Amino acid sequence: MHYDHILIRYGEMSLKGKNLKHFVAKLYENVRAKLHDYENIKIKRNRNRMYILLNGEEPQPILERCKDVFGIQSFSLAIKVENEEEQMKKAVQYALTHAKNTKTFKISTRRVDKDFPIDSQAMNRVLGGHVLSNTEGYKVDVHDPDVEINVEIRKDGTYITSEKILGAGGLPVGTTGKSLLLLSGGIDSPVAGYLSMKRGVEIEAIHFHSPPYTSERAKQKVLDLAKQLTRYGHKIKVHIVPFTKLQQTIHREIPEGYGMTVMRRVMLQVSERVAEERGILSFTTGESLGQVASQTMESMNTINEVTNYPIIRPLVSMDKLEIIDISKRIDMYDISIRPFEDCCTVFVPSAPKTRPTREKVLQYEERVDFTDEIAETVAGIETVEFEEKHTQEEDEFSDLL
Amino acid sequence: MIYFDNSATTKPYPEVLKSFQQVSERYYGNPSSIHAFGSEAERLLQQSKKQASQLLGVQSDEIVFTSGGTEGNNLAVKGIALQHQNRGKHIITTSVEHPSVLEACRSLESLGFEVTYLSVNEHGRVSVEDVQKAIRENTILISVMHVNNELGTIQPIEEIAMVARQYPKLYFHVDHVQGLGKTGLDLSLIDLCTMSSHKIHGLKGTGILYVKRNTSLFPLLHGGSQEASYRAGTENLPGIVAMVKAIRMTKENQKNNMQHLKELHHYLREKISEIDEVVMNTPSESAPHIVNFSVPGYKPEVVIHALGEEGIFISTKSACSSKHADESAVLTACGHSHERSSAGLRVSITYDNTKEEGARFIHVLRNVLTELKEVMG
Repeated sequence: MHYDHILIRYGEMSLKGKNLKHFVAKLYENVRAKLHDYENIKIKRNRNRMYILLNGEEPQPILERCKDVFGIQSFSLAIKVENEEEQMKKAVQYALTHAKNTKTFKISTRRVDKDFPIDSQAMNRVLGGHVLSNTEGYKVDVHDPDVEINVEIRKDGTYITSEKILGAGGLPVGTTGKSLLLLSGGIDSPVAGYLSMKRGVEIEAIHFHSPPYTSERAKQKVLDLAKQLTRYGHKIKVHIVPFTKLQQTIHREIPEGYGMTVMRRVMLQVSERVAEERGILSFTTGESLGQVASQTMESMNTINEVTNYPIIRPLVSMDKLEIIDISKRIDMYDISIRPFEDCCTVFVPSAPKTRPTREKVLQYEERVDFTDEIAETVAGIETVEFEEKHTQEEDEFSDLL
Repeated sequence: MIYFDNSATTKPYPEVLKSFQQVSERYYGNPSSIHAFGSEAERLLQQSKKQASQLLGVQSDEIVFTSGGTEGNNLAVKGIALQHQNRGKHIITTSVEHPSVLEACRSLESLGFEVTYLSVNEHGRVSVEDVQKAIRENTILISVMHVNNELGTIQPIEEIAMVARQYPKLYFHVDHVQGLGKTGLDLSLIDLCTMSSHKIHGLKGTGILYVKRNTSLFPLLHGGSQEASYRAGTENLPGIVAMVKAIRMTKENQKNNMQHLKELHHYLREKISEIDEVVMNTPSESAPHIVNFSVPGYKPEVVIHALGEEGIFISTKSACSSKHADESAVLTACGHSHERSSAGLRVSITYDNTKEEGARFIHVLRNVLTELKEVMG
């Protein structure tokens, strides 16, 4: 006997009514994509659960991968047997003796299939009694057991599962629409992207690149971050905006203190064009209130004025340290701290206005007409797409490695 | 030629040499240079690290590229000792470790550290109980090799890891130089692990030290911030790429040709044991590539030279300790007599050695021993 499948429990999406189907279908698609190279496994789904039939594959590496899939509340390794007492006993014994560091246990039976003759309570006693008399060193503890063995008797069979392993939670990526992530290369924006994905958002990223003021490596860093994000979102498009010309114009025409404010406004205008073209309905940024000059209440107010697209700011109320923690946990941190300047830091004035006003900024912008340059910039956008299963580099170097 | 000295070093895979040459020609930029050419080298470095981490089942920031096994062992032992001496100054190791661990420990003794050298049984195996008993309040490091380089004995690493785990203050280092590609090892159980490229058909001068996340080390080499400051110095990118490729190819061999290796090993061990003059030193449960035996009364050098004349290359004790006295420290540690310990010979094979080579070796060995018997026996 061995664990033959992984049971996946849905998170919040299980509360959905009519459109649950749509959520389940998306989750199914995402799990499949995650496990694309496991040829032997089968994935089955219904309204309440998803099952990965292992067909001889090792469960552990599959579990590890699925921990990155949003929409999964928890997993358990499971054994499926027929609705037949002897088989259930054997499976429960297997689950108990294969749980690590376990001395006490509890059996919780749920009889979903009421045609099964023995009720849940009686079944707990039957199965508990069986393992107690066939094993040594285990005790029952109904209040605080080391492991709780769940026995679910359903129409299609009985599922025996032991420890619950936590999933990533959230909603399946692709169920709540698309957002355009302003990806700079710092610590914050990838975390913001990750968190919005957690709420089911599919991300496309936009990055402003100003060669030669910013280096190829700064761009590469952003591409690496985007690539890393595919772990959670499967596919990511990155729109690389040639921003040098606009930035030079801003630097030349706008008083230094307002340069940063205007730059951000222009970025949003460019982003809005991309969003319009791609049918994207919102922006996501890594702004955290009060962190830097562009993220004060006044700055947000002044910058936000140029667009009426909703801006999702998952980090708005987080401390830097909390953001760093997430960044490390999702393996972004090491990439984020590579020391290359991005366009936000190269042209930053020594003393940017922390309290810009809408009146002032409009007054300065009146003197410059950005329309043509914005159009030209948008036309020059280069788009790269990453898919989790094969990234460009792996192809590029695969003959060497 | 029959090359049966694969625990000393191995023949590089042709594909590995090709990668080495290509990287040397095309990606000679310094990964730390900020221009695009350096950037390309850096990406290749990162990709190599990523692939190495996937092959070894660890995170890519847990891979530190080194110059080989000796450096890896020194960095692990001295690096932990110097960095964490405030917690305690006691180290536990075994009497059959590679000299790069033993001598590193001895050097620390001269700096005021205390080292417990655990003895082993007749098979060269350390007991988990002894390890447990040796742990003290001030123990900061346990260093035990996975596969013994002279005998092929496999140490109970997982069990020791379970013991070590109960003492969060101490680190557990494993010298995996002989085990890589031959026997499995779950790196998640240990804190530091040494690997070397030229033992798995890569090139000399490259190795990996696995360093578990959040483990700080006092570097042996200070300088630039390469390898997350664990090891300064411009990266040996061609060697690194070659090593990662060698790991991949060796792991493939391990997956597909293990049965062949085991059969050849079993054959050699059986046939050698059948020779009257021979005492077998390698235990029946051992790594699948080393057979160590003694021919008491026969000078091992003479046997080696006689085999060499027939184009067969094996070795006495490990190449690293061969320069010292005529006795094998490992065999002595197993409690064997001087006569047996000073007559040890080691055959070490790899995946592409053939059954025919094995048979010819046995034939020649028998002849050589018969001829020498007249003089020495």
